[in-house]
Amino acid sequence: MLLKRTEAWITGIGLVSSLGEGVDAHWQELGPHVAPTINVDDAGYAPYSVHPLATVDFSRQIPRISDQRQMDRWQRIGVHAAGLALADAGIAGKPELLDRIDLSIAAGNGERDLVLDEHVLEAMEGHRDLDGTLNHQLATGLRPTLYLGQLSNLLAGNISIVHKAAGSSRTFKGEEMAGVAALEDAVRRLGAGQSELMLVGGALNAERKDLLLNLELGASLLHGGYRSVWARREVGGGMVPGSIGVFLVLEAPGHAADRGAKPYARIAAVASDRSARGPGEAAVTMRSLLEGLAPVVDDDRPLAVLSGASGVEPATSEERQFLQELKDALGPTRTYGSRLGHGIEAHFITGVALAALALSKRSFYPPSDHTESAADTGFACRQILVTSLGHDCGEALGLVEAVEERPRG
Amino acid sequence: MARAHGDHRGRPLVAITGIGVVTCLGHGVRDNWSKLTSGQSGIRPITRFSTEGLKTTIAGTVDGLCDAPYSAADLSAAMAEAAAHEAIAQAAIGESGAFPGRLIVATPPSELEWPHLRALYAAGSGEPEGGYARLLSAARSGTFGDMARHVRFASIAGRLQERFGTRGAPLSVCTACASGATTIQLGAEAIRRGDVGAALCIGTDATVHPEGLIRFSLLSALSTRNHPAECASKPFSKDRDGFVMAEGAGALVLEDYDRARARGVRVLGIVRGCGEKADHYHRTRSEPSGAAIIGAIRKTLDDAGLAPEDIDYINAHGTSTPENDKMEYVSLRSVLGERVSEVPISSNKSMIGHTLIAAGAVEAVFSVMTMQTGTLPPTINYDTPDPELPLDVVANVRRDATVTTMLSNSFGFGGQNVCLALSTEPI
Repeated sequence: MLLKRTEAWITGIGLVSSLGEGVDAHWQELGPHVAPTINVDDAGYAPYSVHPLATVDFSRQIPRISDQRQMDRWQRIGVHAAGLALADAGIAGKPELLDRIDLSIAAGNGERDLVLDEHVLEAMEGHRDLDGTLNHQLATGLRPTLYLGQLSNLLAGNISIVHKAAGSSRTFKGEEMAGVAALEDAVRRLGAGQSELMLVGGALNAERKDLLLNLELGASLLHGGYRSVWARREVGGGMVPGSIGVFLVLEAPGHAADRGAKPYARIAAVASDRSARGPGEAAVTMRSLLEGLAPVVDDDRPLAVLSGASGVEPATSEERQFLQELKDALGPTRTYGSRLGHGIEAHFITGVALAALALSKRSFYPPSDHTESAADTGFACRQILVTSLGHDCGEALGLVEAVEERPRG
Repeated sequence: MARAHGDHRGRPLVAITGIGVVTCLGHGVRDNWSKLTSGQSGIRPITRFSTEGLKTTIAGTVDGLCDAPYSAADLSAAMAEAAAHEAIAQAAIGESGAFPGRLIVATPPSELEWPHLRALYAAGSGEPEGGYARLLSAARSGTFGDMARHVRFASIAGRLQERFGTRGAPLSVCTACASGATTIQLGAEAIRRGDVGAALCIGTDATVHPEGLIRFSLLSALSTRNHPAECASKPFSKDRDGFVMAEGAGALVLEDYDRARARGVRVLGIVRGCGEKADHYHRTRSEPSGAAIIGAIRKTLDDAGLAPEDIDYINAHGTSTPENDKMEYVSLRSVLGERVSEVPISSNKSMIGHTLIAAGAVEAVFSVMTMQTGTLPPTINYDTPDPELPLDVVANVRRDATVTTMLSNSFGFGGQNVCLALSTEPI
């Protein structure tokens, strides 16, 4: 599709992860002046590892217990992060703005009732009347509200209910590409005047066996304990899922200026494609996406990169190839999945959030492991490239850019 | 380049140049339309699995399309392929296997079904811990990689992209039972922006399996009038008691109107406008005043540059649940005023059931046929009108009428409300 320079200002960020809650906590943990920490659980789901959510008091963003009970944990994580973003942008509690903010959300499945699944499987194993047993067990065991916890679009639905954010609401699916699509559609709508104010985000609860089962069927999980994304190839690769909730408030510049909102940064472009994933195809596709961004990329300085690599092979090696071929044009590369885990639907938007945060601080992150050069830590960037080479499919790039006028300080 | 035909805001007009459909009534537009306009129902007793002990035992399943053993993902993909193939053939667009535009598809949840879980459980019997440890142990064996397509949300879109050669990354969307309409809205917006010249918009859903049925049953959403099956879905009737689950797929080729004209293809209809408004009242119920549905319809009229008086006909969401049909009436009355009882309205769901994720696309296909043929399909089982919903329901038999401008409504759990304004080709 035709590249157009877009003008989507990021005026609010809500972020919860294994490292904490809120942008300040994340800058504290990820910024240039601290010893890197990693919060990972190698034992609870062995042989797999997950990055568990830091302690979060959901009642601060979801005050009604009845609302919390109607949600699965991925929804609570997302609704909480959405509330943080709305508050950060100065929109929370403003009915006129909330009534017309458009929701663009990335979501996967909800969570299954594991206890019920295990109970039904056990009951069926010893039973001859399989159909009758299944029907009876499900009809008496399923919670009526569970389905609503499982529907992909009910993260959006719960955000509307809890925060009263209700202009319009679209949910995109498709693993990493869900996050790409949610952001790309939002940016294009803002660019074309089809919306002025958007809430864009996603959430993942990594700490659940049904998710791990789905990923293991595709041979997508790291086995045998945590190691950084770029150190996984020699053990066969694989992702370490991370619990993440991330939301951005995106705004047309004029709309933000009129209400005195200051941006962290602007999204200059989002470009995406889906190659057939023959050997080398993903790297070629990433390269051609980057070439498409040439009109908006600064050519007078190296481009800093936040890589969304998952660790899953062969996708991660394809990304390595893409980055190495361009190393003369690229500045420092940081792989945020090594610190936060892989957020699947939420992963690309998390990268864009971290890019905006760094640009607002006029700084950049330290290496995520020994393969990344420490030389450019604190590098004052004007543009950051966020990569998404999906663990199974889909390729995308986001270009996030500093806003010189009216920056958020 | 100056645009030959713009809409009231100077944006490109969005033409519909191809349609395709699969429902429980049959495969293909011609077969479906003939049955739909003669008042036939596709609702029947479920034979796919045992309904022993279940309150609802009927549905509108799609049979005979997919050779593989039933699974929601495989049948949804097969139906989407069939509908898309028909739509692309009619539009005669692009080289074979090279659709010159974007794919936007609405798909049902991607999840393991009980036969999958049971196969994994059996294969993992050596794992002493039991439960999910057994399932994970079987998955680790690497012999079930074929199951991954059921749990990857991008897999149906990927299969369709490969088959039809659509451009760019396909979009997979979910706005619950408004999803089919959302694909059309996304396509129309992309064409208006000039991002693409064409879009292939598809809604598909094949989730009549035990857990799918029981979930809706536990929400008290389904009709339990199992006998006779064809009489269970009775939108706008006083004695309606719930919707009937059904399967289907609808596909539409949308195109920049000027491009469609330039290549000489027949234009079947125009997407005049789209509107959506989220409801923040409740997870499954509408705000009692209908504010969000009203908002969606008003935004649609505004987007289309239409006045309420311009609407000739309405393809209702009309699920046959007590809640939906009442709220749809309340909202239409608010927008149309006294005319609400004069504008003819039909619910296709009386015959094809509720195709859930696919409904907005399937019903848009039938809306195009309504405008093309001047035939309003009936709402069957309308024997006891609900006196509180004084609508001009096209009762039981089809009606002839010229329709140039119409609305198609789609509402979904989670506060999703989408409305489309469709019209005939401008003269």
